[in-house]
Amino acid sequence: MNTEIKKLPKKDIAIVGLGWAGSIMAIELAKTGLDVIAFERGPWRDTADDFNVGYVQDELRYVVQQELMITAAEDTYTFRNASHQTALPIREYGSFLLGTGLGGSGAHWSGLTWRYNPTDFELRSHLTRRYGEKAIPDDLLIKDWGITYDELEPYYTKFERMAGIGGKGGVINGKVQEGGNPFEGNRSEDFPLPPMKMTFAAKLFAESARKIGMKPFPTPSANASGVYTNTYGVTMAPCTYCGYCSRCGCANYSKSTPQTNIIPALMRYSNFTAQVQSEVLHVVMDESGKVATGVVYIDASGQRYEQPADLVILTAFTIPNVRLLFASGIGEPYDPKTGKGLIGKNYAYQTNSSIQLFFEDKNFNPFISGGGVGQGVDEYNGDNFDHNGLGFFGGACIMSNVTSGWPITNRMTPPGTPKWGREWKKATKQHYLSTTVVRTQGSSYPTRSNYLDLDPTYKDRHGRSMMRLTFDFPENDLKMSAYVTNKALDVAKAMGASQTVMHVPQGPYNIVPFQSTHNTGGAIMGESPTDSVVNKYLQSWDVPNLFVIGGSAFPQNAGYNPTATVGALAYWAADAIVKQYLKQPGPLVQA
Amino acid sequence: MKTVKPIITATLLAVLSGTNVSYAANTFFPDIEKGRYLATVGDCTACHTPEGAKPMSGGKAIETPFGNLIAPNLTPDRETGIGAWTDDQFLRAMQEGIGHNGEYLYGAFPYTAYTKVSKPDLLAIRAYLNTLEPVHNKVESNQLPFPFNIRESLMGWNLLFFKKGEFKPDPTQSAEWNRGAYLAEGLAHCSTCHNSKNFLGGDTSDGHLRGYTLQGWVAPTITGDKYQGIGNWKAEDIVEYLRTGRNQFAAASGPMAEVITNSTQHMQSDDLRAIAIYLLSQKADIKPPKPVSPDDEAMKLGQQVYAVNCSACHMANGEGVAKMFPSLKGSGSVLADDPATLTRVILRGAKAVSTDAAPTGPAMPAFAWRLSDKDAAAVMTFVRNSWGNAAPPVSSSVVTKARQEAQANP
Repeated sequence: MNTEIKKLPKKDIAIVGLGWAGSIMAIELAKTGLDVIAFERGPWRDTADDFNVGYVQDELRYVVQQELMITAAEDTYTFRNASHQTALPIREYGSFLLGTGLGGSGAHWSGLTWRYNPTDFELRSHLTRRYGEKAIPDDLLIKDWGITYDELEPYYTKFERMAGIGGKGGVINGKVQEGGNPFEGNRSEDFPLPPMKMTFAAKLFAESARKIGMKPFPTPSANASGVYTNTYGVTMAPCTYCGYCSRCGCANYSKSTPQTNIIPALMRYSNFTAQVQSEVLHVVMDESGKVATGVVYIDASGQRYEQPADLVILTAFTIPNVRLLFASGIGEPYDPKTGKGLIGKNYAYQTNSSIQLFFEDKNFNPFISGGGVGQGVDEYNGDNFDHNGLGFFGGACIMSNVTSGWPITNRMTPPGTPKWGREWKKATKQHYLSTTVVRTQGSSYPTRSNYLDLDPTYKDRHGRSMMRLTFDFPENDLKMSAYVTNKALDVAKAMGASQTVMHVPQGPYNIVPFQSTHNTGGAIMGESPTDSVVNKYLQSWDVPNLFVIGGSAFPQNAGYNPTATVGALAYWAADAIVKQYLKQPGPLVQA
Repeated sequence: MKTVKPIITATLLAVLSGTNVSYAANTFFPDIEKGRYLATVGDCTACHTPEGAKPMSGGKAIETPFGNLIAPNLTPDRETGIGAWTDDQFLRAMQEGIGHNGEYLYGAFPYTAYTKVSKPDLLAIRAYLNTLEPVHNKVESNQLPFPFNIRESLMGWNLLFFKKGEFKPDPTQSAEWNRGAYLAEGLAHCSTCHNSKNFLGGDTSDGHLRGYTLQGWVAPTITGDKYQGIGNWKAEDIVEYLRTGRNQFAAASGPMAEVITNSTQHMQSDDLRAIAIYLLSQKADIKPPKPVSPDDEAMKLGQQVYAVNCSACHMANGEGVAKMFPSLKGSGSVLADDPATLTRVILRGAKAVSTDAAPTGPAMPAFAWRLSDKDAAAVMTFVRNSWGNAAPPVSSSVVTKARQEAQANP
């Protein structure tokens, strides 16, 4: 291993990771004229060269073989359910799939683009107010974010305008809008694009939900419902409903991704450099341990470089952000025994369930689909319903959001069908068109025993200790999912399915089957350095010239896809850096 | 500001280095700025500034049907640039195609168009060039093989094809039209690519802006003709195309992408509009042929190929997506007599230009790996004869040849 480190000329700002958060930070900071360099461990990927319309809908290549994802051989973590167990390396990613390459997870996401509820941001205060001082069990580490929905609202709007999100505003300037989500926080303006066209399954879901007194609305989508030119002058073309969003790149400039919506404008800045196939190994600290002086990265040839910079911004996705803090010796690692330390604490996930609906006489044409296409109801999300006596907090969005009709992996058959052979083939043929799914996407609340730390045994290919993931579904979340899935079943029954099959998480959490790539926490934001890693501007309390942006900052996860909140936080942090930090470098919040 | 700052710096440099002090001291900033703008309109940089090189320092190879010519060094370097030239020598080169040693210049340098530019405008360009950083870079322009390397042959060429003389306004036309004609026929030298040429590279008598194939691309008809030209565009559409690289009908790629990048995106709206008015006034009444019948075998095959490969972006109605995917219906590149652009784009793909105003630069991927010669020819015949389009069918031998050419010169 070549461990010699070549030192490069200094840059003003070094950004680690070119997904959504990194691209947003890069373009907003490049506007200042400062020298910005962004590192991306994976390859350059643009629509023209890498998301070819002739082969991008290749399920085997992208969905099964997961070409856009990091492989376990390149980077993996060890996993266990509880701290008395010995963690083992994940040898094939399953439960979550981590992107690599330009665009990161923003290249392979589906496109559901939610805002979190106002109460999600002030969760502990809100629940205490509503249910009393002692209502929250000791084991639940839920917290306020240190930022309110109202503070973040303009930045949600900024993200939606940049990404060309289609939807129907539910509450605009205090007025509830018919057909939108009545539970959402107040919007300063409607979505930049109208909702997508609805599939038959989504329409049936909406009618049925309405019949039983719920208020369905089109799910907010990053798959463009029309031609859209965004705030950077970049244009999206209308979605063709091909159903290859999740795990795939978009060939039609329809799914908003960093490469579609930001990179073409970003690359026009001569003061910006994108350094791909270069993995940052750690942040370099000065002797005081309070100032970051740059980053060390390794390029594709194995050569290591030190890139000095005045400001370092980590935008490498949740777990990689936390791992960089560990690898750089920043902050105190969390210890579940003592409860001390903050790095790796409050790791959370997403608690999802689904109901398969088998019909005799319907044709859903599931291959007409898109990652954000669908209808949802929010009656049982967050604290939109009374939790008194339920024994849990949190909730889930209930959706008809069939994102694909993939012919290899989307073959739903009723229980009792053989797993292979003639009968299986017959059953998949019989049910392919006439089966649909209602699913719930639930909150995930942190506990003392779910956390990230360094594995004592296993090293990665660069000789660093692997990250260790210790996670199981908290009882709180299992109860929540069981409760909300039963509510979803009410809708499913109203849809008239001849058979319904529920898939509710039971625990223990299994790292093998795909569930969600919505990992959160580990470097959380908050009001005080005593219980958070970064302040409300996502600035490290310990190292003021270091910002840590992404899902890593979420104190807990809500019952929504996190991308818009990651994007809004990136815009919020970028704004604080441009308007405050660059004028007077130093802590933006006094501890 | 972005463009003004380097000029001031360059002027200072010129003064400090003692080169061309007389020019730098005698020129007034607005003249230099005017010259900079006119040099942009003339797109001097396209040939005289190779990628990554100092401005106008020369050395870029220009492909011609006769061989390569290397664009000379236009910086004020006295030995290898044009610093030692007098203004008269500069004017003679621009207006007469005669070099400072009295040699005939090759027509790749568009003096046939620049001859129409007024003396004050040309002197403003000179004033600007004199503010550039002098670069010592000796360029041997003439790399042509025998007999084309004999410059005397150009005397005969000039007699046949060169009409010397400044632009004369047409009093029956508006000031805007005259400005457009002055720019389009002069500095912007549209005719260099868009005029039909004979085998000697001279303009044909009926081929004014009528389209021509060069560098493997068709420079399409840009007259107001409604069949192959841009007669269905409004002036605003042309302005948008030249400023942003795309409009509701088309997206620029290939050599025109370079023109937009280096020149037209930086031009003033009034000037772009004037050019648009002038182009639309140019009539070449081209009669469309009878379209190929939808029952034709190639049309049937082409329709299938189109549905599977093309319709997601170019849409079932052939109209594409405004500002993203070009319309094939009524497209000059699709309907051109020579299907070179269509063939090339299908086989090799194309990337639309990315401009400050429209940075997207959408691209079409290559389909050479996916379509047989027969399929590619059929889909071309189909798009040339659907939605009101009509053009001769394309034979698969055209694709075979283009594929070989693409493999030989990737």
